[in-house]
Amino acid sequence: MSQSFIHYFLVPLVKGLLTVVLVGLAAGVLTWIERRLLGRLQIRKGPNRVGPQGFFQWIADTIKLLFKEDIVPSRAEKALHLLGPLLLFTPAVVVLGLVPWGPNVTLFGVTTPLHAAADLNVALLLILAVSTIGVYGIILSGWASNSKYPLLGGLRAAAQLISYEVPMGLAVVSAILMSGSLSMVEIIEAQRKAGVWFVFPGLIAFFLYFVSGVAETNRTPFDLPEAESELVGGFHTEYSGFRWAVFFMSEYGNMISISAVATTLFFGGWLRPFPNVAWLGFLDVVPAFFWFAGKVFLFLLVYIWFRATFPRYRFDQLMALGWKTLIPISLGNLVLVAIAVLWGAAGLKVLGAVLVLLVAAGFFAVWRRPARPRTSTTMAATNVEVRA
Amino acid sequence: MEPALFFFWAFAAVTVVGAVGVVVMRQPIHSALFLLMSFLGVACLYVQAGAELVAAVQILVYAGGIMILFLYTIMLVNVRRQRTERYLHFQAIPALGFGFLFLLVVGGVVVNEARALAAKVPAADPKALATTVIDGVTVLGNTQAVGWMLYRDYFLPFEIASVFLLVAMIGAVVLGKRTMERFD
Repeated sequence: MSQSFIHYFLVPLVKGLLTVVLVGLAAGVLTWIERRLLGRLQIRKGPNRVGPQGFFQWIADTIKLLFKEDIVPSRAEKALHLLGPLLLFTPAVVVLGLVPWGPNVTLFGVTTPLHAAADLNVALLLILAVSTIGVYGIILSGWASNSKYPLLGGLRAAAQLISYEVPMGLAVVSAILMSGSLSMVEIIEAQRKAGVWFVFPGLIAFFLYFVSGVAETNRTPFDLPEAESELVGGFHTEYSGFRWAVFFMSEYGNMISISAVATTLFFGGWLRPFPNVAWLGFLDVVPAFFWFAGKVFLFLLVYIWFRATFPRYRFDQLMALGWKTLIPISLGNLVLVAIAVLWGAAGLKVLGAVLVLLVAAGFFAVWRRPARPRTSTTMAATNVEVRA
Repeated sequence: MEPALFFFWAFAAVTVVGAVGVVVMRQPIHSALFLLMSFLGVACLYVQAGAELVAAVQILVYAGGIMILFLYTIMLVNVRRQRTERYLHFQAIPALGFGFLFLLVVGGVVVNEARALAAKVPAADPKALATTVIDGVTVLGNTQAVGWMLYRDYFLPFEIASVFLLVAMIGAVVLGKRTMERFD
């Protein structure tokens, strides 16, 4: 085998396959984690029968979904009905391939960056571009099902994604401003050089990015395209069997992608905390990939936490939040970050310190506010019973 | 065949098949999807030409924004299936004839120009394509170069163009609002 064959064909192929397999496996394990965690948060047990702590539940579910009958509605548009889930799943995997998982690794004598795609110098722009393609999957599966609820779900998804793409893009711009590059690797390197994770000067940008990200992945509290109480299942009502499972996998894949991009832009990617502080060098014992994976995992936990905490928005509230709140904030934040960047290296640190202090002050103010008379959970429960 | 050439033909085929599909398909939604395919093919061709910024913007703006609005409109206006109806009853043969003539003329011009260019300009150097020189500084890619062009050299025309777009948008909103009020 020639060297160029290995470098230009074999290595990318292996890395690409690895990405796809990883998304599939992670989606499966995440369903188990989500159901167990939701159970804890809602004071119940969650799945605990199959395997230790119910861990094999996701495998059992996968087998069930694989062997279930695949039903296509009789008057559905067959080709587009098939295409829908694929169009949703592919962008999720591609985005994850554009995010660097770690620095160079050497395996079997081949040194390669732990990064499925090449280090493109427009990677960030491409990530934004590719993730918008996913909405075609939702719209098409909604339309091709030839059914009312999926169509409504698809229309909602389209409006929602276009609206939240704007604050997301503007939030990403502040990371670009701070690093001066569109390349994901260089954004990480810039955070090493600046000595500060961009989450501190970009606190507002990170908040905007993550909220928009939750909206783009159709997760609670923005899960209107698949609101069970209104639309049965939303855009995937008419899907069953493994094609439905592909929708599920894409939802988790998109969550992982959003978390991975947030990690890279604002939390230093695969860098350890405080990459410039020498005495913390012992933290390098943990390989870079695990720092990255750990940070991504934390974000995924936040997603699940959100789902257990917030009620769903109404559609007009959703639109108002996007256009009237998030976009003006993101524009203001852009000006703020631009001023800090113009100021120089100290500017970022000052802005970061000011923002962290403001947030701390906000927490303090809330904490100091005279608390309402507290009722323990048991008392609240008895109250409800009395009223009932 | 060289890999680069192979990929060029593959992307070109995707683009052309998409473009043909747009006009041939009866369902508006199928046409829209073929247009999307064509856009993606063009984006790939841009990447091959070393213009990855243009490629990313092409996907972001055309595929990600405009086409989704197209689909949205098609779905809202035309939820029921279109009747399969022939629109070109007797125009078909003259249309094909004139189309072929047009193809001959334009194709001839393009092929001639390409031959003349190929004779004059040496084959593009991939390294030169991957970098851009601005004010004597060599930078990787062309994002920075486009930025400097738009926001420094052609700042005023660029801003005027964006004001025009804003005016058009406000005009559309005003017109839309007026008709809505009349219907209320």
